Amino acid sequence: MAAIKDAVGFLGSRLRQIGIFIALIVIVILFQVLTDGRLLTAGNVSNIIVQNSYILILAIGMVMIIIAGHIDLSVGSVAAFVGAMSGVMITQWGFPWWVAILGSLIIGALVGAWQGFWVAYVGIPAFIVTLAGMLIFRGLTQIVLGNRQITPFPTEYRQLGGGFVFPNAFPATSSPAEWITVGLGVLALIFLVGQQLRGRASRVKHGLEDEPLAWFVTKLAFTAMLVLGLTYLLGIAPGSRGTPIVLIVLGVLVVIYSSVMARSVFGRHVYARGGNLHAAQLSGIKTQRVDFYLFVNMGVLAALAGLVFTGRLNSAGPGAGNLFELDAIAAAFIGGAAVTGGIGTVIGAITGGLIMGVLNNGMSLMGINTDYQQFIKGMVLLLAVAFDVFNKRRSGGR
Amino acid sequence: MVTNILEMRQITKTFPGVKALQDVNLTVQRGEVHAICGENGAGKSTLMKVLSGVYPHGSYDGEIAFEGDTVQFRDIGDSEAKGIVIIHQELALSPFLSIAENIFLGNEIATRGFIDWDKTNLEASKLLARVGLSDSPITKIVDIGVGKQQLVEIAKALSKEVKLLILDEPTAALNDEDSAHLLDLIKHLREQGITSIIISHKLNEIKAIADKVTILRDGRTIETLDMRADDVSEDRIIKGMVGRDLEHRYPDRTPKIGEEIFRIEGWTVHHPSEAGRVVIHGANLSARAGEVVGIAGLMGAGRTELAMSVFGRSYGKGITGKVFMHGKEVRTRTVSEAIGNGIAYATEDRKHFGLNLLEDVKRNVSMAALGKLAKRGWVDGEKEFIIANEYRKSMNIKAPSVSSLTGKLSGGNQQKVVLSKWMYSDPDVLILDEPTRGIDVGAKYEIYTIINRLASEGKAVIVISSELPELLGICDRIYALSEGHLTGEFGIADATPELLMQYMTKEKEK
Repeated sequence: MAAIKDAVGFLGSRLRQIGIFIALIVIVILFQVLTDGRLLTAGNVSNIIVQNSYILILAIGMVMIIIAGHIDLSVGSVAAFVGAMSGVMITQWGFPWWVAILGSLIIGALVGAWQGFWVAYVGIPAFIVTLAGMLIFRGLTQIVLGNRQITPFPTEYRQLGGGFVFPNAFPATSSPAEWITVGLGVLALIFLVGQQLRGRASRVKHGLEDEPLAWFVTKLAFTAMLVLGLTYLLGIAPGSRGTPIVLIVLGVLVVIYSSVMARSVFGRHVYARGGNLHAAQLSGIKTQRVDFYLFVNMGVLAALAGLVFTGRLNSAGPGAGNLFELDAIAAAFIGGAAVTGGIGTVIGAITGGLIMGVLNNGMSLMGINTDYQQFIKGMVLLLAVAFDVFNKRRSGGR
Repeated sequence: MVTNILEMRQITKTFPGVKALQDVNLTVQRGEVHAICGENGAGKSTLMKVLSGVYPHGSYDGEIAFEGDTVQFRDIGDSEAKGIVIIHQELALSPFLSIAENIFLGNEIATRGFIDWDKTNLEASKLLARVGLSDSPITKIVDIGVGKQQLVEIAKALSKEVKLLILDEPTAALNDEDSAHLLDLIKHLREQGITSIIISHKLNEIKAIADKVTILRDGRTIETLDMRADDVSEDRIIKGMVGRDLEHRYPDRTPKIGEEIFRIEGWTVHHPSEAGRVVIHGANLSARAGEVVGIAGLMGAGRTELAMSVFGRSYGKGITGKVFMHGKEVRTRTVSEAIGNGIAYATEDRKHFGLNLLEDVKRNVSMAALGKLAKRGWVDGEKEFIIANEYRKSMNIKAPSVSSLTGKLSGGNQQKVVLSKWMYSDPDVLILDEPTRGIDVGAKYEIYTIINRLASEGKAVIVISSELPELLGICDRIYALSEGHLTGEFGIADATPELLMQYMTKEKEK
């Protein structure tokens, strides 16, 4: 009995973190049933990943900005601007595709530095700076494109948005794609499980472990199921096309940024800055520098999202990236970030983004009108944050 | 007609773990100016909050009678309806509205929801005339000084037909001229039949205008002195404020004092927003290894401003003066430079300036010296855990684990986390600003023990406090600070509460 009580108490204390994963699973199951199994088919899962990849990339940078207590409304415009610039570099300036990609990331960093300068060193609220940025970079996109679309893009460039890992490496059979995907899946599984086991071993060594073993095993089992299920759908199931390149990019970004936020000095400073600005400053943290680099980072990630999006559509248009910022912000908040800063995780924001992505996709499969889709997404955001507030009040928090 | 406008009987108010007021009695006669004196934390503000309904009836024990009737206020609105108006130290004016709008805020002169501007401004100018303010009622609050803002607050009180006016430290932020005007006004209002309660640290002012003085100490009424009947001197009031048993509240220690570690010379600081206002005037101060140095000053004397300006210029503008560590002048232009030179500052306001309450104990302990735990920008989580746990044990931080959120700890334990943070940054001099404020007696003793331990490790400790017994109990040397001037320096053998209080309330030498 005591064990059950402990487990319930533990789950209660982590309700928010666990709740978001459970919500995702429930939504997936719900739509799997409602769409008669069309949700979890090879082609559709691949679609969900590719269609949402740029929002998820933005959500990573956005949640960091939000943890620091800021907001960035400009990412959609910045993504469009960088996509347009990459088009100009390739079609008008004749740059090779890889130079254009590199150049685009540098432009993203410069855009971020511009906004970071105003936020960190001039002290203008990020809301204003990035609202201005939203207009400025949308305007620049239209100026650069002269209100026309740039299309088509070279095949190599398009791989980032729409490509798969070695799809045609062994054209005679379908098996190599399977094997590469399966290999990647196994590698990912070994990495994730290994990381969890190492972390637990170290915590147990110091008597810090507060996670019940049963829960830990459940967590591992879920991780394994998720990775293997994804591997099956992308590599083995009928109609599978292999691993999308952007999924690997995303995976690497998630691993890197999760560790940065959890274990690096910079990540700690971001949490400290958002949790209590004065305390951070009085502890010698250079908060202006933290703010500045956060925006530079956001600029680079917005540029990457722009490249992925442009590559996927095979065109750079003046209206690209419209409302991306709101999806990224919603993903961060659904994923448990606090409006006042100091709280949030990269993995939470990714999960939040996936919830929105699955909702979109599932409703589309069911043939629900986009008007209703907007309505339902709005309600989900509101209820997720309301749940947060309620939860905090119940636990006697601030 | 009842002669006593107010009688508060046997008022007891308890906060979790602290008895803020115990059986306090206060009797105020109609038409007098009644001063309330006491050290910080004596219970003055709590008593006024009970009176004005900030703490509603039922949250305290005891009885309040106003104009002979027993009253039970549920909120400020109730007490204002009876004619009790409190003016807080932090003025409650809306800066971008006009004087007239502020005076009638929440009490607008309107017909069917539309404000009658002519009448509003006319009534406002009448009230302004009563308080001796000649500015136009349409002037915005931001455009007038603090002294005039104070008068607007009083005009606002008059608009509510005030019978009992409570002023909390009304002259703390005012210059001499504005203070004099305000005191004249209080006398003038007395002639018009308005009773005032004034809370003040400035004994010369109390002597100048008060008819009676009630002294509070440690949440109890000590005495009420009649300033007209008896010839009450400032020393007499000081004696009432500080006289208490000092034994066994402080751990024993044999000081081993070494070389001078820290010194500031000619330290002058200007107010960050009010041009020309000097907050700290040419302060000279030093601390030696193994020494506990006290800075005694009342609220508003510039204690925190002095410490924060030294600590990486976290406060103030136009700072001049020199900081020496081990006899060598050092740069402390930013907080990280100050920390790098071995200075640490534990703030008075833990929750707003000291801790990240959203994070756990270990992350707060490591916050000021994360570099010591990191290799190439990556934090060694294991080492962090081990170190935080060492502090948890050695400082006796009562938390389930170092992964517990600091927001859920008690004040005393939060303070120990703050101290751990600064100890881990390994400073040579620690400036502790009100280290025991809002902490219960047992935890205070532990904090004193930690201070002694730091001194015995050869660090210089500077303690800022407005509790004189505390300074006398733990320090080797005490500076008195009054209105931004260091007015005196005393070895512990020479220092007495009366002497210190005299220098802490000393007017600047003319």
